[in-house]
Amino acid sequence: MLGRIWRIIVKEFIQLRRDKYARFRLIVPPIIQMLIYGYAATFEVRRVPIAVLDLDHSQESRDLLARFTFTGRFSVAKILRDDRDIPRTIGRSSIPMALKIEPGFSESLRKGQTAHLQVILDGTNSNTALVAVGYVNQIAATFTQEYARGRVERLMPALAAMAPQVELEQRPWYNPDLNSQWFFVPGVIGSITLVLVVNLTAFAIVREREIGTLEQVMVTPIRPVELILGKTVPFFLVGLADVALVAAVGTLWFRVPFRGNLLVLLLGTVLFLLNTLSIGLLISTLCSTQQQAFASAFFFLNPAFILSGFSFPITSMPAAMQWVTYADPLRYFLIVLRGTFLKGVGLDVLWPQMAALACLTIILLTIGVLRFRKSVD
Amino acid sequence: MVEPPSILVEELVKRFGSFTAVDRVSFRIAGGEIFGLLGPNGSGKSTIIRMLCGLLTPTAGRASVVGFNVAKEPEEVRRHIGYMSQKFSLYDDLRVIENLEFFAGLYGVKGTLFKERIGWALEMAGLKGSEALLTGELAGGWKQRLALGCAVLHRPRVVFLDEPTAGVDPLSRRRFWELIHQMSADGVTVLVTTHYMDEAEYCNRLALIDAGRIVAGGSPSEIKRTAIRGDLLLVECAPLGRGLELIKRQPGVLDAAVFGAALHVVVTAAERARIELAAALASAGVEASRIEPIAPSLEDAFVALTGGHPGGSERAQ
Repeated sequence: MLGRIWRIIVKEFIQLRRDKYARFRLIVPPIIQMLIYGYAATFEVRRVPIAVLDLDHSQESRDLLARFTFTGRFSVAKILRDDRDIPRTIGRSSIPMALKIEPGFSESLRKGQTAHLQVILDGTNSNTALVAVGYVNQIAATFTQEYARGRVERLMPALAAMAPQVELEQRPWYNPDLNSQWFFVPGVIGSITLVLVVNLTAFAIVREREIGTLEQVMVTPIRPVELILGKTVPFFLVGLADVALVAAVGTLWFRVPFRGNLLVLLLGTVLFLLNTLSIGLLISTLCSTQQQAFASAFFFLNPAFILSGFSFPITSMPAAMQWVTYADPLRYFLIVLRGTFLKGVGLDVLWPQMAALACLTIILLTIGVLRFRKSVD
Repeated sequence: MVEPPSILVEELVKRFGSFTAVDRVSFRIAGGEIFGLLGPNGSGKSTIIRMLCGLLTPTAGRASVVGFNVAKEPEEVRRHIGYMSQKFSLYDDLRVIENLEFFAGLYGVKGTLFKERIGWALEMAGLKGSEALLTGELAGGWKQRLALGCAVLHRPRVVFLDEPTAGVDPLSRRRFWELIHQMSADGVTVLVTTHYMDEAEYCNRLALIDAGRIVAGGSPSEIKRTAIRGDLLLVECAPLGRGLELIKRQPGVLDAAVFGAALHVVVTAAERARIELAAALASAGVEASRIEPIAPSLEDAFVALTGGHPGGSERAQ
C-alpha cells in the first residue's frame, strides 16, 4: 500500500521537476500576484483630479475649494468658466468629479442661510464615486462647522463657549493606518492557494485520463484510495510550500505583521488545502479533457473568490448570497489568515472557522473520493 | 483431460445507452494460447478487452479470467493480467527506467525481483543501454516493446493486447510478434485484437467480430476453409470496374469484390466458371489477362462473412 503511494508521489515530483512551465507556474505567478495586490490594489482614494466652477468668487468659496486640495484627497485639474464646461469635462476626460459654487454662496452663508455646493460625479466607477462623495461630505461638514463657530465666536463669544461639540477620534485597531496592503496581503495567500491547488489537482488527474495513462494505472492491482493519495499528497506539499512562499513575501517585503500563532495558521492551512484538493478531485471526475477542466475550475473559482469576503463585504450581500458564502472554504480561511496575521488571535476565537473548514473538508472529500472511485471503476 | 480455460466468456453483452457494442459474445481460451479478435474499427474488440480487464462493467453475461469473475473480483483479475491499450499510454516525460520502476512498483514487484524483472523487461524490449532516454523520444516500435515490458513486469498469466502494432513499422511488428510467441511458449495466454490480416495469421485461434457479434471462429486455416462456400477465382481484367459489373451478373457467381488491382470472385464451381467468365468478358470487350483459382485468404473469408473489409477504408495489407 505505502509502496504504491510512494511510487506515485515520486513520479509526480519527477514530472513536476521536468516540466519547466509547471515549476514557473508554481513560483512566479504567486509572487507577481502578491506584488500586484501589494502595490496596486487599494480602496483608498487619493489625489482625485477635479474640476471647479466658482461663480461666487468670494473669500468663502475660495476657502472651501482650498480645503479640497489641502487634504490630499483631491487635486484641482481644471478651472471651469461656465456651466457648459461641466458636461464637456465629466465623462469626457479623466476628471471624474466637478464642484460648482453658485453665485450668492457667500451671501447665503453670511445671512445664516443654507448655501449650496453642487457635486457632479461620473458614476461609472461607482466605487471611487462613493468614496469621493464621502470625503466631500466630510470636508463640507468641517467647513460648515468651523464657519458657524467662527461667526458665533465673533458675534456672541459667551454663547460660543457653551456650544457643544462632538469630535471624532478614529482608533482603527489591528491596522492603525488602515493600510490596504495589510488587508489584502493575508487574503492573497488564500486566493492564490485556492486557484493553484484546485487547478494543479484537477489538471494532474484529467491529463492522465486524457493521455490514457490513468487507464494503464487502473489495470494494475492499485486501489482507488492509493491512487487518490498518491495524486493528492504531492499537491498538498506544493500548496504548503506556496503558502510559505507567499506569506514570506508578504511579511518580509510588505512588512505585514504576523502577530498570531504559527501553529494555528498551519492548522487552518492544512484544513483549507484538504478542501482545495477535494474540489480539484471533484472537478477531475466531471471532466475528461483539460479544456473541460479549465472551464469547470474557472466556473468554480470566480464565485468562490467573490463570495469569500476577499474584497466585497459579506454583510452587504443579500441574505440568500450570504447563505451561499457558508459553503465557500475561502471565506473561513480568510478569517483565519487575517486573524492570525493582523489580530494575533488563537483557536479560542478562530475555532468556529476551523470547525467549519473541517466539516467542509469531510463533506467535499467524501463526495470527491466517492465520485473519483466511480469514475475509475 | 480438460484443462480449465484461462479466459472464459459467456454471452457477454455491453450496451452504451441504446447502442449495443458487444452482443452476446462467447469464447474460451486455453492457457498459453494466442487468441485473436479480428474485426474492423468500432466492431467491439476493445470493449471486450476492457471488460475482461475490469475497466468496464458488462451489461449482461459472464466472463472470468484465470478463474476470477471480472465483474465481481476485478482486483484479483488485475493481479494476473497485463494490458496494453490501443493508445500508447506510458509517461512520455519519464525516462525508460522510470516508467519501468513506476509500473513495477504499482504491480507490487519487490525486493530482488524488482531489479531482476526490470532488467528482464529491458532485455526483452531491446532497450538495454537506453534506460536514461525519455520515453517520448523513443521510436514507435521501441515504445511498443517498452509498453509490453511494463505490462508484463509482474509475470501475468494473461496478457491483453489491444491493437498492439498499430502504426508500427513492419520490421518492428515482426519483432513484436516474436515476443508474443515467446510468451505463449512460456505458458502465457495472449488475447490480441487486430485488423491486420497478416497478424491474424500468427494467432492459434481467431474470432471474427463484426458489429459486436462473433461471425466466425476457429484456427486461421479452418476459417479460410469454411467461410467461403464455393471456389475462389482471381480475375485480372481491364477495365476493372466494367469487369466487376459484368461478372456480378453471371450465373454461378456468388460474390465478387475488388482486391487491389484484381477481382476476387466466388463461384459455385471453379473450372466451369473459368471458361464461362472468360467468354463473357471477351464478348463484352473486357480484356481478361488472368483467370485462375486461388486459395482464399483471411480477408476473403472476412469479406464473405461480413461483406466488408476488416480494416475499413484503410485496407488490410
